[in-house]
Amino acid sequence: MSFEPAPFPVAARRELADSQLRANLRRATTTIRAKRAAVVSELPDWEELREAGRRIKYDAIRHLDKHLERLEESVTAAGGKVHWARDGAEAIEIVARVAREHSTDEVIKVKSLATDEIDLNEGLAERGIHAIETDLAELIIQLAGDQSSHILVPAIHRNRAEIRELFRRELGIAELTDDPHELAEAARKYLRSKFLSVPVAVSGANFAVAETGAVGVVESEGNGRMCVTLPRALVSIVGIEKILPRFRDLEVMLQLLPRSATGERMNPYTSIWTGVTPGDGPQEFHLVLLDNGRTNVLADPIGRDALHCIRCSACLNVCPVYERTGGHAYRSIYPGPIGAILTPQLRGLEQAPTLPWASSLCGACYEVCPVKIDIPKLLVHLRGRVVREVEGKGRPDPEVVAMRAFARILVSPRRYRAAQRAGRIGQWPLARRGMIRKLPGPLAGWTAVRDMKPIPRQTFREWWEERR
Amino acid sequence: MSTAAPVSKPRRVALFIACFNDTLFPETGRAVVTVLERLGLEVDFPAEQTCCGQMHANSGYQLEAVPLVRRFVDVFADVEAIVTPSGSCAAMVHDQYRRLAELAGDPGLARAVDEVAPRVHEFSRFLVDVMETTDVGAYYPHRVAYHPTCHSLRLLRVGEAPLRLLRSVRGLELVELEAANECCGFGGTFAVKNADTSAAMLTDKLRRVLDSGAEAVTALDNSCLLHIGGGLARLQTGVRAVHLAEILASTEDEPAPAPAGEVSA
Amino acid sequence: MSSARDDILARVRAALRDVPADEPADAEPPRDYETGSRLSGEELTTRFCERVADYRANVVRTEEAVIPVAIREALAAHGARRIAVPPDLPAEWLGEVPEAVADDPPLSPRDLDGLDGVLTGSALAIAETGTIVLDGGALQGRRALSLVPDLHVCVVRADRIVGSVPEAIEALSAGAREGRPLTFISGPSATSDIELRRVEGVHGPRRLEVIVAA
Repeated sequence: MSFEPAPFPVAARRELADSQLRANLRRATTTIRAKRAAVVSELPDWEELREAGRRIKYDAIRHLDKHLERLEESVTAAGGKVHWARDGAEAIEIVARVAREHSTDEVIKVKSLATDEIDLNEGLAERGIHAIETDLAELIIQLAGDQSSHILVPAIHRNRAEIRELFRRELGIAELTDDPHELAEAARKYLRSKFLSVPVAVSGANFAVAETGAVGVVESEGNGRMCVTLPRALVSIVGIEKILPRFRDLEVMLQLLPRSATGERMNPYTSIWTGVTPGDGPQEFHLVLLDNGRTNVLADPIGRDALHCIRCSACLNVCPVYERTGGHAYRSIYPGPIGAILTPQLRGLEQAPTLPWASSLCGACYEVCPVKIDIPKLLVHLRGRVVREVEGKGRPDPEVVAMRAFARILVSPRRYRAAQRAGRIGQWPLARRGMIRKLPGPLAGWTAVRDMKPIPRQTFREWWEERR
Repeated sequence: MSTAAPVSKPRRVALFIACFNDTLFPETGRAVVTVLERLGLEVDFPAEQTCCGQMHANSGYQLEAVPLVRRFVDVFADVEAIVTPSGSCAAMVHDQYRRLAELAGDPGLARAVDEVAPRVHEFSRFLVDVMETTDVGAYYPHRVAYHPTCHSLRLLRVGEAPLRLLRSVRGLELVELEAANECCGFGGTFAVKNADTSAAMLTDKLRRVLDSGAEAVTALDNSCLLHIGGGLARLQTGVRAVHLAEILASTEDEPAPAPAGEVSA
Repeated sequence: MSSARDDILARVRAALRDVPADEPADAEPPRDYETGSRLSGEELTTRFCERVADYRANVVRTEEAVIPVAIREALAAHGARRIAVPPDLPAEWLGEVPEAVADDPPLSPRDLDGLDGVLTGSALAIAETGTIVLDGGALQGRRALSLVPDLHVCVVRADRIVGSVPEAIEALSAGAREGRPLTFISGPSATSDIELRRVEGVHGPRRLEVIVAA
């Protein structure tokens, strides 16, 4: 999925004005927050589960090479074939080869963020292969030529009237109301024949267990089950960070994920398979281990915590920024708080330098993250990296110069007091009648919507000195 | 992250005013001194203090913040208890100072941080947990809403302390804010760098303040109150933003001073 | 020329340079969460029935000896006649199916699609979450069988209901190590993709009838 680059503040401004989006997002996130809170409060051991989840991912990432080798052994021993893809192009080539081997120009797809990340559909199309999205939301996005705006509910920015129009036009259905049941039924009919006949499927995976080679897909609609069960060949493209060391670790993740993602005790369907089972399901299984920038994230000892993410989207649903700007403002398949720390590291900081600032650092995301990723800490860390590695380079950036000068003022009591006096005098033209209504230059953003309190006549320390 | 360790009641405290309050909200500092002296404490103000460094540390200028960390630990090295009316500054010390010392590769600084951090107390926490007081003899006959600032809510976890203090203020009617825990949209440089999103968040916070029927909104951080108060003023709502310390300093004999917006020389 | 595998592993190792060489790669996480369950016996069955009914599946409790009656009624309620069955289904159950179509030789997806429903047993069930697990073992058949037909009648033995997810994973792990494919079913299929309204019934069986037998 490709997004036209834009700095977050610029993109956000446009999205903020979209009242349909704002209304949809507000309703959606408010609903999900409540559902999540309810099912989480049912578990007295929720914090212990989170800590276990955190440690499982922490240790898995720190020993990733060993777990990857183990996974490869286990899957191979169970009759699967393991491929390694350094980037999207290599992964796409593997899928294309399997499709060719099965003489098909169509593949059915389960929703997979990793496949969106590498623009799989576009890449296959270039090779004459049509990838059919089978997730209702992904189907909507695909038919509309649109882009996903949420990790879990990609078409959340679309309302039912828009979806009805889309289905009528693209699926050629003349009579169709905008009742969600009817819309879902239309999708079901369209996809049924594909499920029953297309010989190759592509999926991602929520987890890949190194110990046994088990691979798992957690879903709601049943299209996942269809794709991983009915075709002759299955290709699963899995980011290398999706590893779990032991089969037992599933007992933690299968509690953390459904409750955090959809606010359910358990999602409708979870499929866990190991290699190939004779007489049951695809007789050819290809596991594609995808890097595509993950080793860059891994190389930052602090930043690598972003790889712990299990893609539940709980952080999106509590983020006051995401709730108002939606996912498109982040210009990435990974939006919201996790996107702000993952996208710049995956793509390179200079590709998404504004994302670490797309946050007020309120910390609501950290509170709900099922694996306790300290997102605010990583945001601040990445801000430092952007300043040092991107803005600090080459010709002096005015902000860098100003901030360094300001630091020198703050560290010296004498300079600090002089600056206080200078500010108090300098504001005089602006603060004639009470509040300041307009600040100059880069501070104008403040007074666009707020008055500014003027610096009072006497600072605290001047008052203190006077009373002594 | 370390939080303030329980200490026996001190007799002297040093005030860390925070650069922000020193310059823009001296009335908050005066109020803190009033309340602490009312409780019989002796208050010092080490004049060499400047800024905790959070603005730099949070905007990607961590290395530039390190000298400010040094200054802080030096200035407050031999003090029994440090009180600050800034939740975000207290959180900075507890949550980030250690990390900055490590970033600077300075084990001596790290030790100094470990030594000073447990002695740094956010004001409401100091009153309730250290001085074990919720009634400071305050009188503030207004309808007040409390906004939990993100630092004090999620990093310091002040919990009920501010509310317990407010409930003991005579004449004060405490009203609840809907979705109180949602961020007001200040976020330091966020308010300027992402002004539009900040404005959208502010709008919802203002709406909830107005819906509550409050005459005043209070909090532990003047940074948020500057932002919320600025919005309340621009929209001519007649509702004011006032720091918790000023409410607690207010008595029948010496009620809280006029709202923000005084003209300076 | 190095392979993608070599490259990726080399990059991973280089990235993890800061991890001490003597740090164990297989450290167990702290498992201070609930690994058992506070429920037992009858409570397990009751909780399971409540929870699976929450997902809008039909649940019926019956006795072992009377399973065939429950099967007959469940099928009749939907007017279902042609039913896919795993090859090892017991004769007493088969007797209640108007027209049983055994999955031997394996039915094609299209054949399955033309049937009215499917009847299986299950490996175990989880009370806490209202989940049924199939592992391809006895009375369950292969995965396609319980996936394609629109109605799934599933028999759950009360003594195979465990309390929690950790208990289920434990019970399933031996089979999983043998390579058994697992399917966790918690209600009929659903989506919330249109304006976040939960809509039942997309691709999996839209109707789920659960028979809990003690």
